[in-house]
Formats: sequence, C-alpha cells, structure tokens
Amino acid sequence: MNLQTTSAVELQRLLNDGSLSSRELVDRCAERISDQEPSIGAFLTLSLDTAKAEAAASDERRRRGALLSPWDGIPVAVKDNICTRGLRTTCGSRMLERFVPPYDAAVVERLRTAGLPVLGKTNLDEFAMGSSTENSALQRTCNPRDTQRVPGGSSGGSAAAVAAGESPWALGSDTGGSIRQPAAFCGVVGIKPTYGTVSRYGLVAYASSLDQIGTFGRRVRDAASLLQLIAGHDARDSTSLPAETLQLGSDDPSVRGLRVGLPLEYLEHGLNAEIHQAVMDAVRRLEEAGAVVQELRLPLTDYAVETYYLIATAEASSNLARYDGVRYGYRAEADDSRGMFEMSRTEGFGDEVKRRIMLGTYALSAGYYDAYYKKAQQIRTMMRREYESAFEQVDVLLTPTSPTTAFAFGDKSTPLDMYLQDIFTVTSNLVGIPAVSLPCGEDSHKLPIGLQIMGPHFSEARLVETAEWLERQRNGGDSHDL
Amino acid sequence: MYLLINREDVKKTAELARLRLTDDEIDDYQNTLSEILEAANRLQDVDTAAVDPAAHAVESVNVYRDDVPKPGLDRDDVLRNGPHVVDGFFRVPRIMEE
Amino acid sequence: MTYEPVIGLEIHVELLTATKLFCGCLTGFGAQPNSQCCPVCLGLPGALPVLNRRAVEFAVMAGLALGCRIHTRSKFDRKNYFYPDLPKAYQISQFDLPFCVDGAVSFELDGGPSEAGITRVHLEEEAGKSVHSGDSILGSTYSSIDYNRSGIPLIEIVTEPDLRSPEAAKAFLEQLRTTLQYTGVSDCKMQEGSLRCDANVSLRPVGQEPFGTKVEVKNMNSFRAVERALAYEIHRQTGVLTGGDTVSQETRAWDEARGVTVSMRSKEESHDYRYFPEPDLMPVTMEAPWIEGLRARLPELPLARKRRFCRDFSLSHDEAYQLTQSRETADFFEAAAALHPSPKAVSNWINGELARLLNEAGVAITVSPVTPEMLSKLLDYVKAGTISSTAAKDVLEDMFVTKRSAELVIKEKGLEQISDSDAIGSVVQAIIEAHPEEAAAFRAGKDKVLGFFVGQVMREMRGKANPQVVNELLRQKLRN
Repeated sequence: MNLQTTSAVELQRLLNDGSLSSRELVDRCAERISDQEPSIGAFLTLSLDTAKAEAAASDERRRRGALLSPWDGIPVAVKDNICTRGLRTTCGSRMLERFVPPYDAAVVERLRTAGLPVLGKTNLDEFAMGSSTENSALQRTCNPRDTQRVPGGSSGGSAAAVAAGESPWALGSDTGGSIRQPAAFCGVVGIKPTYGTVSRYGLVAYASSLDQIGTFGRRVRDAASLLQLIAGHDARDSTSLPAETLQLGSDDPSVRGLRVGLPLEYLEHGLNAEIHQAVMDAVRRLEEAGAVVQELRLPLTDYAVETYYLIATAEASSNLARYDGVRYGYRAEADDSRGMFEMSRTEGFGDEVKRRIMLGTYALSAGYYDAYYKKAQQIRTMMRREYESAFEQVDVLLTPTSPTTAFAFGDKSTPLDMYLQDIFTVTSNLVGIPAVSLPCGEDSHKLPIGLQIMGPHFSEARLVETAEWLERQRNGGDSHDL
Repeated sequence: MYLLINREDVKKTAELARLRLTDDEIDDYQNTLSEILEAANRLQDVDTAAVDPAAHAVESVNVYRDDVPKPGLDRDDVLRNGPHVVDGFFRVPRIMEE
Repeated sequence: MTYEPVIGLEIHVELLTATKLFCGCLTGFGAQPNSQCCPVCLGLPGALPVLNRRAVEFAVMAGLALGCRIHTRSKFDRKNYFYPDLPKAYQISQFDLPFCVDGAVSFELDGGPSEAGITRVHLEEEAGKSVHSGDSILGSTYSSIDYNRSGIPLIEIVTEPDLRSPEAAKAFLEQLRTTLQYTGVSDCKMQEGSLRCDANVSLRPVGQEPFGTKVEVKNMNSFRAVERALAYEIHRQTGVLTGGDTVSQETRAWDEARGVTVSMRSKEESHDYRYFPEPDLMPVTMEAPWIEGLRARLPELPLARKRRFCRDFSLSHDEAYQLTQSRETADFFEAAAALHPSPKAVSNWINGELARLLNEAGVAITVSPVTPEMLSKLLDYVKAGTISSTAAKDVLEDMFVTKRSAELVIKEKGLEQISDSDAIGSVVQAIIEAHPEEAAAFRAGKDKVLGFFVGQVMREMRGKANPQVVNELLRQKLRN
C-alpha cells in the first residue's frame, strides 16, 4: 500500500478486511509525516501520541464489533483555526501561539464521535487571511508538487498534508476560496459546502457570513465522505441549517442530460491558456457524455473581489477585536489598558491581518458605511439573484478554480495582486452556494490545474456526482487508485 | 499621485482598531488602503437603488434556544489562558477612559 | 432670562432570565468571579451566540407594558468598542431595528397626571464587571475583571426628551420601575445594578422651541442621585448660560460624594461604534398573534390597578397609589379584601401597621408571617367588636412574631371585648346605683356626666367592655 496514493475509501476497505489496522495506518502516517515535514511543513502542531492511542482504541472497537462510524480509525488532519480541546490552536498567529482551547469545535466533536484520530493541526495564512499560506506567522508550508512554490491558501497546510500523503484527508475552512484554491494548487479535491451545512461553532471567525468549514481528499469520494461526516445541524450555530443528512456519491455517476453552464466572465481577462484548455477539455468530455453545455453571462462577477474584500474585512475587523490581551493570547505590558491593547495587537498580529483590520475598520466607520459596507451587501443581494436565475437555466457552473497554478514564494508582491487570486472563488461564498475543486490536468510545469464546479444551495450531491464522473474519466474509469 | 485617503484617516482608523503605526507605516497604509479603496469605488458603478443589503449568505429567521441552563467551563479552564490572572480575576493595567 | 430644563433618560434594565442572552450560563448575582462563564460569554475564539427565546419575550413584554409598538422584523447589530470588560470588543445590541418603539409612560407628579414618551426599547447583552483597585477608577493602578455578568440580557429604554424637572425624572423612574417589576421581567434593583440610568439634559429659554446643547450625565446610582445630579446640572448650565457662555456638548459623571458633575469626554472624543448587522444571528420576525400572546401574559399594570382600586374598593387616590406601588402589596391587599368586608380597613392596616412591621423586620410582603387570611380574620374581630383597635395592634405584633392566628393570640392575652348586654348591664346598673347624684345630673340634662359613668364602667370591667355597648346601656338605664 502506498499511503500517498491510497484513497480513504480504499483504506476503509483495508481496515474492514483486516489487512490493515488503524494503529498501523497511523504509524504509517507518522512515518510519512516525519519524512515529509522537513520539506513540506504542513503541520503546526502534531498530536501523534494521542492519535496512536485513539487508533489503538479504534482497533479494539473493531475487534468488539462496536465501530463508531464506517470511517472509524482513519486519521485526519485539522486546520489550525478549528478549536481542539487541550491542543493548541494558533490560527498561524503570534497572537494565539500559546492558546489552548478549553473546548472542541463542533466538527472536532463529530470527528471524535466517529472515531477519527486527529494527527495534528495544519498551517494556514494568519487567521485564514491569504491565498498562499505565506501569511502564517509561525511556519512556511511548501507545495508538495514543487517545494519552490506555495501550496495556496489559506488552508495550505491541509492541502499539502493530503497531497504529500501525510494524512488521507483533512478539514479546512473556506471564506473566499481557502479550500478550493489550495486544493487546486496541490492537486487534491476540496469541497466548500452550502453555507450553514457544517457548524461553525469552534471555527475561529475570520468573516462570519462567509466562513464555512469543508474538506480535502485525494479523491472526490473521500472529500465527500468526510463532509458527510461533519455536516448536520448544530444548535450552537444560529446559521447552521436544519438540513437532512447529506447523501453524497453514486456508484455509477452520470452526467447525461446535465445542464452545464460556462460563465464567460470566468474565462476572459487573459486567463492562462493552459488553464483555459484544461477547463475546455472537461467541457468537451461532459458534452460527449450527453451533458448540455451552454455559455452564459454573470456580469456581477466583475465586482466580486471588491465586494468580497469589503464584507470580509469589515466582519474581520470586528471578529478580531477580541484579541486584546485580557483573557487569552499575546499580551504586551503597558501602563494602562489602552496601551496594553494597542501594543498587544500591534505586536501580536502580522501585516496582512492588520491591513485587513484597517480596511474593515475604515469601511465601517462613520461616513463610509453606506458607500462601502452597505453597497457591498447590496451587490451581494444582486449576486444572489444573478446566480439564482443562472441556476434556473443550468444545474452546475463550470469554471477554473484559480486564474493561475501554484506560484513561487514572494511572487504576489502587492496585496491587490494577491486578492485577485480569489476572483473565481469568492462569489460562491458571497452567495453561500457549494463548490468543488478537483484536479483537471497539469500545466507545462507539471503543476496541477483545478476545475471548479458550483451549484445552487444544497446541490452537493449533484456536484459530487459530476466531480466523480470527471475524476473517473481522467483516471480511466477507476476512481479508487491513482 | 492623488490618494483617496489622507494620513489623518489612517491615524484615526488605527486608533479605532487599537493598532499603533509608525510614521512609515502610516505612509504605507495610506498608499495601500487608497489603492484598495480606489478599486472598491468601482462598486459605485452598480445601481443598487432599492436593493436590500444581504447580511447573510443563506437567509433564515427566528433561531432560538430555550432558557435552560447548560454547564459552563470549569473556572480553571476559564482562567487558564489568561495572561495575567490574580485571585480568580483577569487583571489589566489601569483603565484611563470611561 | 428663565430657562426650562429638557430631560431625556436612558435606562438599562437586566432581565430575569435563568440563563444569559446568548449562552446557557447562569445569571445569578454574587457568584465567585469568573465561575459562570463559557466560551460564548468569554468571547473565546470560535464561540457563537444563540438567542435566548425568553429574553426576547421579556423584552417585548417590557415594551408592551410601556405602551410600545412592536416591530414585526428586527435584527441584532454589533456595537464595536474596546473595553477590558467587553469580551468580544463588541456588544451585540440593536441599532436601527429595535424590538419596540413609540411608547409612553403615565405617572403622577405633584398629584397630577404626567407622561413621558418612550422612543425605543431594545435588547442587548451586558458587559463583565471591572473592579478598580484603590478608591476610584482614576486613582487605581489596575483593574480586575469578572465576566460572570457578561452576556446577561439587558433592555435599553430610551425616553423622549419629555421630562421638565429632576422631580419629574424621579417620579417617571419610580413609575417605570413599578411597571417593569409588575411584568416580572426584571427586579430593577439599582443597588445590584439591575437597573441603571443615564440622563441627557439641556436648557432652553422658556417659550423657545429648539432644544439647547445637551449634556449626558452618567454614574448615578440611585433615583435620589438622578434627582440630585439633574438639579446640579441644571444649576450648572443655568450658570453657564447666565454668564453669557455656551454649554458644551459632553459627557459628565455624577460625583456622589462631592455632589457635582465632572466632565468625562467631549463630543470630539465620542465613540464611533461602527454598527453593522450581526452575521452570527438571524433576524427576528414577530407575528401579531405571537405579540398578542405576550400581551395576554402581562398582568394588570400599576396605573390601571390603582384606578380599579379607587373605583371598586372606594379607596382614596393616595391609599390606592400606595397599595399599587408594588405588585406584591397589591396582591396581598386583594387577597385580604376578598375575605373582609371593609377594604378601607384592610388598606389602612396594610399601609400602616403591617408595612411598619415588615419594614422594621426587613421582610418582603410575599413572605409576611401574617398572611392575608390571618389579617382578614384579625380585622373581622375588630369589626365584630371582639377586640378594640388598640388591642388589635398588639395582637398583630404578636402574630407577626409567632405566626399564630388572631383567635389564639386574643384568647391567650384575654383581650376579648365584652359585648354581652347582660354582663355589662349588671355592672352599669350597679355603678348608677352607687352614684345617684351624678345620675340625677345626667337626667337634668348634663350630658357630660356620661363620660364619668363610662370611665367607671370600663375601670370596673378592666377595659374589656365594648365601649359602644357601654354607652348604649348607660343612656338607656340612666333615662329610666
């Protein structure tokens, strides 16, 4: 068994037929981690001892026939902005470098009650603000496909851990593309579900109305299965939706009659020709299999990045105000409380976080609210309508995940350059719709290209089926081994 | 070059956000924020008259919990992450403002 | 020039829910510091608020009791500011769509009716509590923060600038407190901080329509302090204006010890709260049947009850007012009045002797050792002439201490009046016979002599004879 290429679905089979124990699996992950981490740096904190004990407990349950879930014993990596009781949760920030949460996030509870050992916490752009994981104050994470390049972000650590075979699957969070873009850069699958599908309780907030936890897997079915496991209503999150159980995956995926929309705004603006080609290849295969492809226009896409950044930074400026040095986190001493607040925040936050706090504070301040924040929220309403009417004509939208493949460290030198990385991904967060990114080819540097499939609210099953069909096409019909 | 916001705006914003900036940083922020806001001003091209702002990605109403007590955190857990805890209180240096 | 004060109040009232506004932590007062906290009310990273249904109901009930209109669609907003005891550095509050608007409170001032408009009532969360080292916030070197209070539900009530004197402000507050206490949504204890009040005050020349520059006054810890602080502030502003200066817009703190207000911050330093809709909470909609259901849960409010007491029990305005100042006292009265034929007597005894005993013992009327039933029995004995009013006071005191029935106490003390005509008649007869000269004087028209006979009879019967019966019998027998 090659851990780097074996899907979680296959691992499940191996555990079930007795040819692999959970403890062996976690040991193999631990070996792989110690082998890869020096060059990848995906994890900020490891919890391998606990994971091994949990794996042994899982094996014991298996012997007794008392498995907690079909995925009992398959380990997972968790993005370090998701709270884990007793295991430090840093958000990639000096501010929380030593913060040990006294509680588990709702999704972590679900992992535990399903019997999944947690391998550790993965690196991210500080407070999930960034598209390359370069904004982590604690560590650099490299793209396993080319260590001179970034893994994408903000969930770069989770994407890299899965791509490097350190963990079969992983949790991430996606506020404007933070799962999908690193999935595309690292050549793995990432799913951002409908807003409200997964509880945000315990996810350290960046932009509350956009944040959503999602999953990474080496295969579509893996990411979908992990999502199924963490999805569901949670009374502790008022925005959690009372949705029925997510039914994902089909043994015989089909795209016949599927209405596929190709939004032209996502394919213009001098899009990289290789990425364009890879997307069109997928379109051609879908058409050949009986899907109905139509081009359409979503004009508000041109305003998506600006709309996103105004809303996200406004919410962030408020969400990150609590880091004041009083109850937890970094504290600088000063003569009075105000000085203590200012010094703690000035020293505890990195540049990008401060930039976004400044932008968001400005956008909300007296005299500017209507021009910036309110305007953006109004455009958000219009975008929702625009996408709703698009989804009257088509079942899914097909777009590139990112305008580029993985770029080199330091390549995006200005904030605005970096923000434009998110141009294809932010809309699904603004509108709250689900989106999947899956590998759809490579560029001339052998770097993976990501294909994004978006659908209306609660269309995860359709997205997963389409993605799985495309995945099988690329892999010659076998979706269980690369 | 014309900048959308001035140094005073930057200073006032930093004060509101409880961040301290050096003079160089103020210049930097004046430039970057101006550039970003300049881009954001494109939104004024969109006619949003009579459009309700959307505060949520997915709308819903009346999400309640019942008024039933739930166990909170152990006091040790409440205080454990506190940078300066004395006698069960979080201590802060003197408060100069109301 | 004569100036007229224009006063508006901003009142914060803690609601009596079992748990906090957005989490299941307890709200009880006086627990160990930081022992009633969870990730939500501590503002830990990742924690999220979930709205307490009862807090919403209480806020709307308060609004209804204050005559407000209820918005069918409301939402919560974040009010952003930094302060050590504000754990998230924003307070979840309501900005442009409060639950309740456009109400009014009627109250009495100098014996006449008065009214103040209620602009709005909204729901928000409490901050934690800062304990400052040293004597005052200014002299302290550090502060200690306790988050037990953080997240307790609070309503903010804002009045129209309708009040015209410190006395009016005080009378309004008293009526507001009584009204809210009646609804049961708050205990309104100013000493424990469950009711707090800030005031806006400005002056304008009498007859002038536009308001003058307003000053916000904070840090008043009792209704008396509100009255004093307003009086001081009116005096101060009058001085400023009379001296030809202008009042500057600012926030001032009442210094109770020195009896003055002190400037805290000017308008230029005022906050920019950067309100925006709370993304972690969904909007609240209120359908008419739901609102009417809450209205039906409201008790009869103090003013209506007072009017009914005047009408149905023929009580004076003052008596009824006194009885209805607390819902519990009014309840006690109604329970006793239902058992005893004279509401006037019940009222007198509750407002008089019983109030005194309760007050001296520091006991609430709800747990009075003398129940309405016991009091009504006692008054029955007085009415029947079994004991005198004077004796009844002693009996009540005994009942209050021993919790025994009036009957038992009267028997034990031997306080029963003798009203039996035969028993009294024979004493009367004997006394008349023993004083023939006085009897002759009475018959000759000297009415005054009757008092002498009464005294003699009462002395003979050791004060237990029913004076009415003694009088009647004396007249009757002297004439014969």
